[in-house]
Amino acid sequence: MSSVIACELPPPLPADGSEPDLRQYQDAGTIRRLLTSARTVAVVGLSPKELRASYFVGFYLQRNGYRVVPVNPREQEILGETCYPSVAAIEEPVDIVNVFRAPAAVPGIVEECAGRAKAIWLQYGVIHPEAAERARALGIEVIMDRCMKVEHARHLGRLHWLGFTTRRITARRG
Amino acid sequence: MSEKEVGAETREFGFATRAVHAGARPEPTTGARATPIFQTTSYVFEDPEAAAAYFNLQEYGNTYSRIMNPTVAAFEERIANLEGGVGAVAFASGLAAQAGAFFTALQPGDHVVASRALYGGTLTQIKHLERKLGFRVTFVDPDDPGHWREAVRPETRLFFGETIGNPGGNVLDIESVAEIAHRQGVPLMVDSTFATPYLCRPLEWGADIVVHSTTKFIGGHGNSIGGVVVESGRFPWDNGKFPGIADPSPAYHGLAFQATFGEYGFLMKLRAETLRDLGACMSPFNAFLFGLGAETLPLRMERHTANALEIATFLTGRPEVETVAHPGLPGSRYAPLVAKYLPRGAGSVFSFDLKGGRRAGARFIRELNLFSHLANVGDAKSLVIHPASTTHRQLDDEELRGAGISPGTIRLSVGIEDPRDLIWDLTRGLEAAAAPGSEDDEAPTGEAMACPL
Repeated sequence: MSSVIACELPPPLPADGSEPDLRQYQDAGTIRRLLTSARTVAVVGLSPKELRASYFVGFYLQRNGYRVVPVNPREQEILGETCYPSVAAIEEPVDIVNVFRAPAAVPGIVEECAGRAKAIWLQYGVIHPEAAERARALGIEVIMDRCMKVEHARHLGRLHWLGFTTRRITARRG
Repeated sequence: MSEKEVGAETREFGFATRAVHAGARPEPTTGARATPIFQTTSYVFEDPEAAAAYFNLQEYGNTYSRIMNPTVAAFEERIANLEGGVGAVAFASGLAAQAGAFFTALQPGDHVVASRALYGGTLTQIKHLERKLGFRVTFVDPDDPGHWREAVRPETRLFFGETIGNPGGNVLDIESVAEIAHRQGVPLMVDSTFATPYLCRPLEWGADIVVHSTTKFIGGHGNSIGGVVVESGRFPWDNGKFPGIADPSPAYHGLAFQATFGEYGFLMKLRAETLRDLGACMSPFNAFLFGLGAETLPLRMERHTANALEIATFLTGRPEVETVAHPGLPGSRYAPLVAKYLPRGAGSVFSFDLKGGRRAGARFIRELNLFSHLANVGDAKSLVIHPASTTHRQLDDEELRGAGISPGTIRLSVGIEDPRDLIWDLTRGLEAAAAPGSEDDEAPTGEAMACPL
């Protein structure tokens, strides 16, 4: 498995062999509501390298009308936006904190989200059920093990333009 | 957004509903309910930045209809949905789809383990590609999973079989063969043309890639040539054996498809590189017809399979018939596999051997009135052919035997007509086949129908 946390990599199995039930963090209705209502998305672990999955996602979100706030302590500016060293350092309200970090970093990010963000969105492979429970206790909505770019393209965008399965079945015009 | 729509996002819709709706939402600009035929080569970019994003694969965008087209995409999504795949890429034919999958997965020096009961055109294609592209193939008797295991080499990179063999009716033990493939770190590709996703969904049994000739049951009306590749999105193409998919691509500034696109990596590679380079794209008009065909796939397959089983049963009781190779018949050696993989029916293409061999076969075909004598299967109309002189003509005797064919084998593709009319037609053919011979009915040599299919 690549060391890069990819946009769409399936999750690794936990060491004890059990498979955590992540469906409660992947509800399509919640995903759609968050994507529709959010304006500002902080991307934690956004890489300045154009070929990285995090850059693909940040670039895509920016092009699709979201304000992207990069969080990367090693960079000054990515995608034309000022980089912040941490979520705590962000000086504006954030709707969604989108995480491209190793699972071990998630509990700390959750604490920083308290009072700052409405939702935390953990990318594919970023799995931490305990941190997710803590986030919910803090009143923060959680999406886990889903790619924000893919879900946007599935519900509001053009995933189907390349023959990918959206699972969207509707006779409504829109 | 209303709660009703939220409900639709999470509902598990049934197969027949998805056959009609998947991929075909109302067209947003015009409200057109039928999927429009987007008969265009190319698409105006919103601005230069959009163009760059599309060509860099950073945004899902239309560029050129060799690589993507909205009508084709609607059809691709429908088949991907029905098969349970993460996506699909359509091709100009079933053989083009297979070639595309080979081209994407394999490199020179790689080794493939393939069923020797594959469709004749597929066997011929593989043998040509083996020479031209420098990979190696071992053909195995597909019926025993042990044969697949024994054929594996260190450089093996792909297993390839058919859900239902053509025309021998072999049923593949998909789950067992997939398990053997995965133990070697290689994917199982299955041609599921004869089963269609209505009868069997190989991805649910562990297969990784499904290919179809959509020309057959999916289109269902014998009017268009096409093919499709569906992928599960589950295979670890970055396991070290597939540098062609996992390594940085020079064609996209070093983009690593698997690391960047994850579960979509193989299909992005298949579309953005293989389809782009081989150019064998499906036409929008054909995609429209295939999408239309797919809407009635469940209804047609019910009728196809019921008719075929009735006719196979009828043939087993006829004195003119030596053997009937329909895997759904009681006593078939494939009965346990049919029960497991094909509970809704074992398809509608099967073969039988007439007593009297090649000569009886010619008389039989000549007498038929409803069955069309042609080189295709999976039409709403019933079809008949003599494989040894047509579809499998390129094979030598040993290869014919490997594919389960004798000189007197007749292959039927049973349509959706009234079964009693089909039985009436076949009865006349059987009586003619067994009638005392005259000298004017020499068997056809096949020269006049040297069909490359």
